[in-house]
Amino acid sequence: MTKKDDGISFNLVSRHKLNELSSNEKLQFILREVKKGKILVLEHGLTPMEQTILIENTMKEIEQDTFIGVEMEGYGQDNPSFIQRLFGASKKPRITLIGPADLLKTIRKDHDMIQTKIIPGRGAK
Amino acid sequence: MGLFRKGTLSAILQRIFGKKHAKIGIYGPPNVGKTTLANRILRDWTGDIMGSVSEVPHETRRAKWKRNVRVENDGSSLLMDIVDTPGIATKVDFKEFMNTWGLTREEAKRRAKEATEGVIESIKWLEDIDGVLLVMDSTQDPFTQVNVTIIGNLEARNLPVLIAANKIDVEESSPATLKSAFPQHPVVPISALTGYNAENLYSTMVKHFSKKRRKKRR
Repeated sequence: MTKKDDGISFNLVSRHKLNELSSNEKLQFILREVKKGKILVLEHGLTPMEQTILIENTMKEIEQDTFIGVEMEGYGQDNPSFIQRLFGASKKPRITLIGPADLLKTIRKDHDMIQTKIIPGRGAK
Repeated sequence: MGLFRKGTLSAILQRIFGKKHAKIGIYGPPNVGKTTLANRILRDWTGDIMGSVSEVPHETRRAKWKRNVRVENDGSSLLMDIVDTPGIATKVDFKEFMNTWGLTREEAKRRAKEATEGVIESIKWLEDIDGVLLVMDSTQDPFTQVNVTIIGNLEARNLPVLIAANKIDVEESSPATLKSAFPQHPVVPISALTGYNAENLYSTMVKHFSKKRRKKRR
């Protein structure tokens, strides 16, 4: 990952774009972009299974001097209503923020608010 | 702590798990006290220990497995293989081991490399366990992505989860915060270090894992 002098890229990825990708393609896209130093906001987050695979893939990609992993925060899944469940609706992942762990740091998270900050420099100080 | 005739115990265990050895994984982020809790359980029920503990994160970097641990409570019994898993994290920075914990560069890099392998191993183990004792640090914010991801994953697999709200011996601990964060799962406050409330944990383990398993088998 290279840190550019001209700022940090912050990309909002639409639900439409994410829905076009298979689960594998989505995870490859995310990790590829994050390794480039980009911070992504996914309109449609990852399922817990996808998050787990992302963590596993991240661990395989860690390069100690250049990529230390990801910072990922999202809200819990939306529970479908009783009527929606009758029609086969399942839990839906919600908006999720993912970025390189040396750039993005979570300050606080609760049910309604995710507070993060972008830190200059790379790695733990 | 009840006594069972061999045939009766076997029948109860069969009803609970459908097999004699249920694997219970001890999961959680690094440094929440997973191995301390594993040691507590083993010391109380087998007289053995699982592994070494340290303040430095990622002390457990390979899963450890203890077979045939029988926990008894009030006439019921649970026979388990306990798997103590490495802490799950989304990042591993060798510089943190150097700057915060004073490891040499070589030690820090080796520890970080092994830690990443440990996270992968923990995730692989999810395929092969029957229930999870999820350890959280009750002095910390419970809404970490690792906690949320692990719980979501286990719910998707329909695996029974019992949350151990650890470190209640520390003054700033708040197990009530954990309970309100994850109301869908039983939360037992405990100090793995001192053993405080361990009896409550054991009784909840026997009840919860048995109940969930019976429900799943219907």
